[in-house]
Amino acid sequence: MIYFKYVRMVIKSFMQYRASFWLTMIGQFFVSFFAFLGIYLMFARFDNIAGWSFGEVALCFGVVQTAFAVTECFARGFDIFRDFIKQGTFDRIMLRPRSTILQVLGSNFELSRIGRLAQSFVTLGLAASWMDADWNAMKAVTLIFMIVSGVFIFTGIFILGATVCFFTVEGLEFINIFTDGGREIASYPLTIYAKWIMRFFTFIIPFGCFNYLPLMYLTGRAEGRELLYMLTPLAGILFIAPCLGVWRLGVRRYLSTGN
Amino acid sequence: MRVYFSMFKMRLIAGMQYRAAAWAGVATQFFWGFMNLMVYQAFYASSGTEPPMPWPQLVSYIWLRQAFLAIVMLWVRDGELLRGIADGHVAYELCRPYDLFKTWFARLSAMRVSSAAMRCVPILTLGFFLPAQYRMPLPAGFGALGLFLLSLALSLLLVTAISMFIYILTFITLSPIGSMLIITVAAEFLQGSLIPVPLMPEPLQRFLDFLPFRYTSDLPFRIYSGGISGYDALLQTGVQILWIVVLLLLGNAALKRVLRRVVIQGG
Amino acid sequence: MITLKNINKTFKVAQRGKGAGAAFKALFKRDYKYIRALNDVSFHIGEGEIVGYIGPNGAGKSTTIKVMSGILSPDSGQCDIMDFTPWKNRREYVKNIGVVFGQRTQLWWDVPIADSFDLLRDIYKIPAAEYARTLDMLTETMGLSEFLNTPLRQVSLGQRMRAEIAASLLHSPKILFLDEPTIGLDAVSKLAVRQFIKAVNAERKLTVILTTHDQNDIEALTDRVILIGRGKILHDGSMQNIKHKFDTYRTLTITFSPREAPAALPGAELVSWSGERAVYRLDTSKITVSSAIGELSKTLNILDMTVETPPIEEIIAGLYAEHGI
Repeated sequence: MIYFKYVRMVIKSFMQYRASFWLTMIGQFFVSFFAFLGIYLMFARFDNIAGWSFGEVALCFGVVQTAFAVTECFARGFDIFRDFIKQGTFDRIMLRPRSTILQVLGSNFELSRIGRLAQSFVTLGLAASWMDADWNAMKAVTLIFMIVSGVFIFTGIFILGATVCFFTVEGLEFINIFTDGGREIASYPLTIYAKWIMRFFTFIIPFGCFNYLPLMYLTGRAEGRELLYMLTPLAGILFIAPCLGVWRLGVRRYLSTGN
Repeated sequence: MRVYFSMFKMRLIAGMQYRAAAWAGVATQFFWGFMNLMVYQAFYASSGTEPPMPWPQLVSYIWLRQAFLAIVMLWVRDGELLRGIADGHVAYELCRPYDLFKTWFARLSAMRVSSAAMRCVPILTLGFFLPAQYRMPLPAGFGALGLFLLSLALSLLLVTAISMFIYILTFITLSPIGSMLIITVAAEFLQGSLIPVPLMPEPLQRFLDFLPFRYTSDLPFRIYSGGISGYDALLQTGVQILWIVVLLLLGNAALKRVLRRVVIQGG
Repeated sequence: MITLKNINKTFKVAQRGKGAGAAFKALFKRDYKYIRALNDVSFHIGEGEIVGYIGPNGAGKSTTIKVMSGILSPDSGQCDIMDFTPWKNRREYVKNIGVVFGQRTQLWWDVPIADSFDLLRDIYKIPAAEYARTLDMLTETMGLSEFLNTPLRQVSLGQRMRAEIAASLLHSPKILFLDEPTIGLDAVSKLAVRQFIKAVNAERKLTVILTTHDQNDIEALTDRVILIGRGKILHDGSMQNIKHKFDTYRTLTITFSPREAPAALPGAELVSWSGERAVYRLDTSKITVSSAIGELSKTLNILDMTVETPPIEEIIAGLYAEHGI
């Protein structure tokens, strides 16, 4: 598949700067590590947050970090898409007989996020054992669903952010509210926030689908409706569809305005 | 001295150019503070015992951090300068008739001031008009306000002095991204920006007293709210000044050493 | 092969005043200016032609190339290239064209050029045998073998441009768009690039459209030029024709043993003079180059001389005047 050919190219480029690569990877590990340390210390001071235990929050954090790290790894091209517009790289993409989405995905592959991924996996493993849950196959599958769902939702947000670049390349920092901000918000079960925030991040941007909804099933809070809660992550995946639609609109606009 | 002042002014004007970025920054930082507060609020509501930091003090701690992010955060960087060091263009600066350490210090501190000047007013204004539970409280008193402003100004010097080491380190690693990430994320934790220092376990707090990082943000923010006051506040401001002097001397020496190496190796 | 009919394109450009007040206002309200980038552009290019597309910066050259390569849609007009409308069916259409932007690279910066080529093979789904054949041919005619396995960042600008053009031809396109292919190159590299363009044009009946600011590119490659200015086609035809029309003077520069001031020439204007160097502008309707030299050598000991034809910029300026824009 052509995508992996792109990935191979990116890795080859990367290996030209090996020392920098390892340092960045270690740095990424620490970013996630200190965020987790922060949560740990908060629980050393307070024993629960809105009824959720440390293990449960840690699992939630692990899922979000994993999903975000994977997304940054694969969809980094959308994260830095502003440069594509500014440097005219997108013109070149339009000249290739391949889908624009695929080419942007392939253009960049942040291997250094493996550092963050490693930390996330450790957290996930620890959280799973700290948490007061009877793990079984169904729950393990749900956990995988959650991560996959998170990757799709974050990718969708990255694509939306990149689409904004077709319209303006100024003041794009606000997109971070939804990318980095989204990651921070979803690090805790959304039920700890005010109702309107919880609703916004469930029905508009479906963080809830890989956050508190399946978490309720995993922690035995979804009596009687286990299957429904277990499948919510799959609903979150659908979020990518409207994002791709909006992207197409953006490309059409680019076609008529240029840069 | 004049040349350093001009450098400061240049940077200040350059920083003011990016207005759209400033507005977007304000929105992002405001949102971030708000989100943080909501998490802490949930923790406070679930706590059986009285937390060691009263709620209004925590609120001012967060809003002050968001308002003066550009002053206290080590990850605020001068990308142009970093690139210049990494690709060797900095050699041209060695030909100029001024002291590199002082020039960079002026340049880096000006960048922080210009960025903070534009962002702090809207964030603090918004903070003062929020609903009661999130509202930014007034300072503990006139004395506290005065000492806070002094301490914040010293923070600018202290943070810039610490950040100089990142640029000096780039001479050695030649790739700023990785080492920068490790240092800044550790510093963020040690200065109390990840979670406020008073909420940390006591042994950790004692430990942080002996590092410079806490004095960059935790100290001024707690002076503002009255969390640190009286003799203690004065003493710690003294420690802050001591750190500035020590780090400036060390940084100056370190830069001289690195530059000597650069000159010998030819960049 | 290529037919453009009444293509129009207008851009909306945000205006920004100077000073803090204007910048603040711009945060809330923007003023716009409309720029007519293409104004009723029509032309036809047949298979196997090489056409020079020339004009000053901002005249609409890049816009036209973008329209023809399918990355920009015009406001109105028709564009028919090999029975495609470029900006529709983008993915089908672009298989048939190659585009080189002189100032931007399409190759990967940090990996050997050969690896970039291999990726392009996969992007365009070129069959292995055909790819091997094309690559061999390109390597030979462009002399790529010596740097094919070098990362792009380590090759010279001339080598890079050869690699860029080769990269655009890997999928055997029918049409090649070259946007300033010789910009920044030294004389030797320019010659190599021109020779190569000529060779592929002859061998494969490749249609080539190139924009350039270098008159020598045009002279070496083609006689047909399309000249565009402020979005309008000003001239479509032989370069000799326009040249002839505006070719009313020569610039004569002489170096002589210093004596007194150089002589005045009837029918010529002394543009500048310093010590031993003088520049004359000869009105060719009044005096020929040879009679001017004859006249001057009577009084001066001429050591060296050059005769220059008017630069292309002046020809374009003349056309502007003629078209009243």
